[in-house]
Amino acid sequence: MTVMDSRVKGASIFNEIEALLPMVSKPIQYVGGELNAVVKPWESTDVRWAIMYPDAYEVGAPNQGVQILYEVINELPNALAERTYSIWPDLEKLMREAGVPQFTVDAHRSVGDFDLFGLSFSTELGYTNMLTAIDLAGIPVYAKNRTIDHPVVIAGGHAAFNPEPIADFIDAAVIGDGEEAVLKLTELVQQWKNDGQPGGRDGLLLSIATSGVAYVPKFYDVSYLPDGRIQRVVPTNPDVPWRVAKHTLMDLDAWPYPKAPLVPLAETVHERMSVEIFRGCTRGCRFCQAGMITRPVRERSISTVAEMIDNGLCKTGYQEIGLLSLSSADHSEIAEMSKALADRYEGDQTSLSLPSTRVDAFNIDLANELSRNGRRSGLTFAPEGGSERMRNVINKQVTEEDLIRTVSTAYGAGWRQVKLYFMCGLPTETDEDVLQIAALAREVIRAGREAAGTKDIRCTISIGGFIPKPHTPFQWAAQLDHETTDARLRKLKEAIRADKQFGKAIGMRYHDGKPGIVEGLLSRGDRRVGKVIHQAWLDGARFDGWSEHFSYERWMSAAEVALADESVDVDWYTTRERQQTEVLPWDHIDSGLDSEWLWEDWQAAIAETGVGDCRWTPCTDCGVCDQMGTDIQVGPTGITELPMPIVRPSVVN
Amino acid sequence: MARTAPVRDFAPTVQKLRLKYAKRGRLRFSSHRDFQRAFERALRRANVPIAFSTGFSPHPKVSYNNAAPTGTASEAEYIEIGVTVECDPDRIRLALDEALPPGLDIVDAVVSNTPDFAARLEASQWRLEFPGVAHAELSTVVEQFMDQAEVLVERLMKTGIRTFDARSAVVFAEVLDEAATPGDPECAILALVVRHSTPAVRPDDVLAALRRVADLVPPTPVRVTRLAQGPLAPDGQGVGDPFALDRG
Repeated sequence: MTVMDSRVKGASIFNEIEALLPMVSKPIQYVGGELNAVVKPWESTDVRWAIMYPDAYEVGAPNQGVQILYEVINELPNALAERTYSIWPDLEKLMREAGVPQFTVDAHRSVGDFDLFGLSFSTELGYTNMLTAIDLAGIPVYAKNRTIDHPVVIAGGHAAFNPEPIADFIDAAVIGDGEEAVLKLTELVQQWKNDGQPGGRDGLLLSIATSGVAYVPKFYDVSYLPDGRIQRVVPTNPDVPWRVAKHTLMDLDAWPYPKAPLVPLAETVHERMSVEIFRGCTRGCRFCQAGMITRPVRERSISTVAEMIDNGLCKTGYQEIGLLSLSSADHSEIAEMSKALADRYEGDQTSLSLPSTRVDAFNIDLANELSRNGRRSGLTFAPEGGSERMRNVINKQVTEEDLIRTVSTAYGAGWRQVKLYFMCGLPTETDEDVLQIAALAREVIRAGREAAGTKDIRCTISIGGFIPKPHTPFQWAAQLDHETTDARLRKLKEAIRADKQFGKAIGMRYHDGKPGIVEGLLSRGDRRVGKVIHQAWLDGARFDGWSEHFSYERWMSAAEVALADESVDVDWYTTRERQQTEVLPWDHIDSGLDSEWLWEDWQAAIAETGVGDCRWTPCTDCGVCDQMGTDIQVGPTGITELPMPIVRPSVVN
Repeated sequence: MARTAPVRDFAPTVQKLRLKYAKRGRLRFSSHRDFQRAFERALRRANVPIAFSTGFSPHPKVSYNNAAPTGTASEAEYIEIGVTVECDPDRIRLALDEALPPGLDIVDAVVSNTPDFAARLEASQWRLEFPGVAHAELSTVVEQFMDQAEVLVERLMKTGIRTFDARSAVVFAEVLDEAATPGDPECAILALVVRHSTPAVRPDDVLAALRRVADLVPPTPVRVTRLAQGPLAPDGQGVGDPFALDRG
């Protein structure tokens, strides 16, 4: 009998883990014990979820999606949810030697003991970490080898909108907002258990697939044309839907999660009280997958936001408030909200930040509210494209005057440092478009010095490589090869360095183009790419989002081996432009976007023409609301007074 | 252009309180920085009228003494805080304990009435559990160690590898006659009293010294707990209560 067999299902294995912790770096990340963590007795529940953010604890613990689902599930009397994160290679090695499985940080139970294992993917670069976790949990890596004793592995998050590259490793994928989906899945598992597990594991998977709550890849067959393109994707069972639709949570005021945010002991990337002030974005930036797949805009009201913050600060002790969304300054009540919150927390050492602010929605009043308590978090704007032409292509309708006015406002209001985010490798881009970034940065410094009345200001430009994403107008576009990307960035760098007058005030941050190619492969890949992921993982790929762990060469050699018998290669997936008639790997995943509309928007991009935002201009017929039966939910509510704060007990004499 | 700190109203410190806390169970893996962040959040959750320093980035007035190393449990860690309104130490203790995660526990609080608190923390009393090491074996090793006048060990510090004596600071060492857990006789327990010095001799250094003098290599990591800190007892076998003077 092996060590693993002797364990009682659901029992804590903390003593086994504890023996290894003194030998690893940052052991605190594996022990749990966060403020507001929930541990329910195993036997008191029927449906047990292990949920994972497949990256290191310091990145995964603050993730809002995981925290929300954790609470939503734990509020159910018949279910429990515990969290697990990626194990760093130092501990992974010790765990393999000692036969210790992937564990949850809440009650340190083996992940293999749970009924459901849900993973939230913000990025495709977490795929290899998923394989490590599945394997460490003692679950077969390929879904087809799993038995009734293994958890149902479910992917979610934005990357799940194209689940095909991981179709062989997951049992199901939830598309869209997870809140209602996890409730439905919990119900299905409970029902299946009550009924005596009819049909075994496949019986459960079939009930999931036919209910439409999630996509179950095993019930779909993919066939290919001789040239490598997909011929068709067909359901293999008459009861499963041809296309699986995304979930859309309506009325965010009815779902004020997280109510008790987790406060980790370990240092993490975001240590603040984050409240999502709205979900969705209809600005229509053509590169932005998040903006396309989360439509329509659904705002949370000023009252709910204020209540969530007050309650959250009481429960966490955080001293920073983050108003999250895809473009926070676009909230219909942002001015009232930021003023009222700044009033309430003035003199309380609590700062307010808007992590995502559009250039054209920022103004002096907002700038002043954000800096009232004296703390200034950094300001980042994302013009994305350096030239006006490029911004028309991507439908980022921000003019140079907008940008200069905005940053001048910020510099004039006392900010000394502004970050600007751009992309390189956008469709139709030339060297000249990218060099315009330098010209823009120079103008920012010139105008900024004037507004600030000092030369002591800086501007950092941060550049990311563009990666075409599924369910966007650019899903058909060719990705720029990494050699050209790197060459353009070099020219830009030289242009900045050559500028004697302003160059020293401009910093430039960028990554080379190689990781983007791997992300591009995983983003727009089909089921054949699964073999590449598996091979790369076998070859040691872990933590691919971390430059110190990522290896382009490892991925390329894995692709060569894994795709040896196929008529396609990495370039075919990445730098190849698709035609309108091509069946895309994610066509059977319904994001609500009308594919005709997407194609027309792609043509409009090439023609450099813009499209409006349906919050302020007439509906552009993207198709989402019709298809999904949803509608825009925006204020203003007209309310400017915040609800009364919670009264807290006093410790003074 | 030189920046000037914004002018804000800062209430002055009117009272100082000394707190004793424990770091228990799995939270012994928290580092000193982890504790600091958790404690500053607890101050806010517990609504403590903490005083702030002035300047660009005001920080709460909290001073920390001799934090136990990461991975080491402790029953006796000490901090001092400044508040802007006079507070009741018992209520502070309860409120902060409630606001901290279980495993970081505030166990005592007094109003600070006397100077030179840090100097009162002369020595630490430690308990080291050696799973898989027999009582007799450890006794022999410890005896050999105590017989030495000096045992040099190395530790990596901020300034590089430093060699220092790990023996002379150890004023008391005894292998106890008890099992760590019932039914687990192969777990010897070592009681130590170590005088605070510069550089501080930590339990890890003593373990390195035991390895050096007698080649002791425990099969699994040694579990370490700081039981007390305070003035060295006259018999040298323990430490006294550092709050005794404040209690008056």
